[in-house]
Amino acid sequence: MTLSILHRVTGVGLGFGTLLMAYWLIAAAAGPDWFATAQTFVGSILGRLILLGFTASLMFHFCNGIRHLFWDAGKGFELSTARASGISVFLGTIILTVATWAIAYLVRGDL
Amino acid sequence: MVEFSLPRNSKVGTGKTVKAPPSAKRIKKFKVYRWNPDDGKNPEVDTYEVDLDTCGPMVLDALIKIKNEMDPTLTFRRSCREGVCGSCAMNIDGSNTLACTMAIEDVKKDVKVYPLPHMEVIKDLVPDMKNFYAQYASVKPWLQTESEPPSRERLQSRDERAELDGLWECILCACCSTSCPSYWWNSDRYLGPAVLLQAYRWIADSRDEYTGERLDDLEDPFRLYRCHTIMNCTAACPKGLNPAKAIAETKKLMQERR
Repeated sequence: MTLSILHRVTGVGLGFGTLLMAYWLIAAAAGPDWFATAQTFVGSILGRLILLGFTASLMFHFCNGIRHLFWDAGKGFELSTARASGISVFLGTIILTVATWAIAYLVRGDL
Repeated sequence: MVEFSLPRNSKVGTGKTVKAPPSAKRIKKFKVYRWNPDDGKNPEVDTYEVDLDTCGPMVLDALIKIKNEMDPTLTFRRSCREGVCGSCAMNIDGSNTLACTMAIEDVKKDVKVYPLPHMEVIKDLVPDMKNFYAQYASVKPWLQTESEPPSRERLQSRDERAELDGLWECILCACCSTSCPSYWWNSDRYLGPAVLLQAYRWIADSRDEYTGERLDDLEDPFRLYRCHTIMNCTAACPKGLNPAKAIAETKKLMQERR
């Protein structure tokens, strides 16, 4: 039940995250001044926290989405399997989110 | 629709406490939801101190002891006391289950006993099952055939019969349906896990000749497709059945016949 409601919450979160991404792209198209403002906001502590939430939501929704695909195929309904796949979704979310940020910081070269 | 707080006349207060006799050594507190339609008061949670040394092992034993010895006004349904009738389904220690198969010792703290969630309460632990039974009737839970009746039983192979295992055992206690958020919010239009498992029991029956009509009837955004695989139903079922899987099989059949 926890994962089910989180799936919905992260789905809504992804909608807002996509708006933020659209803003960033529009700013890039609107010229250097707009883009600099967008970069400052996205790069701020608050901006990075929002981005962290966005990545975690994306990874969770992705992993749990795969779980739902198996269910739609009629597989993985045993209670023990469902619990195990739920834990896997949580672990997958953490691993993928940390990996994404680690790669991002490595590519960037500094904090 | 979804409501996040109880209406004013459903707010639950604290009721009376009935003490165990002074001789009692092993005392367990039972916190039981009470509501009387006739006194105009809000529901209350009464506390009963039960002497476990003079009580049977199950929660139902304690409820019967309370009714017999401490408070005859306590109202609940029970019949078989062995998990085959489904009458004593209620919310115990936060989960829907049968009072007769739930051991008192499996509840670590005080035993909280409430009626099945999100159902209209008739009195105390007795929920109104009218809508649930009407939904059950709506799936026509009987064998429907068009062909000429044979002169003997309609036969099944062992494999065909095995398809019904995990379905026929359902006792319609409604533990699963009343644990389902979709059913809480849309029970006027969503059939809920128990009734959908029953619907699938007849869809899966090799002797039934109305499979198409049965699927037609479920082909509806609400009746079937309010199931979002939350899995509470399977987690709640006191008989260890899997309504979520039965619903998934139904959805698969819907796709396969397109």
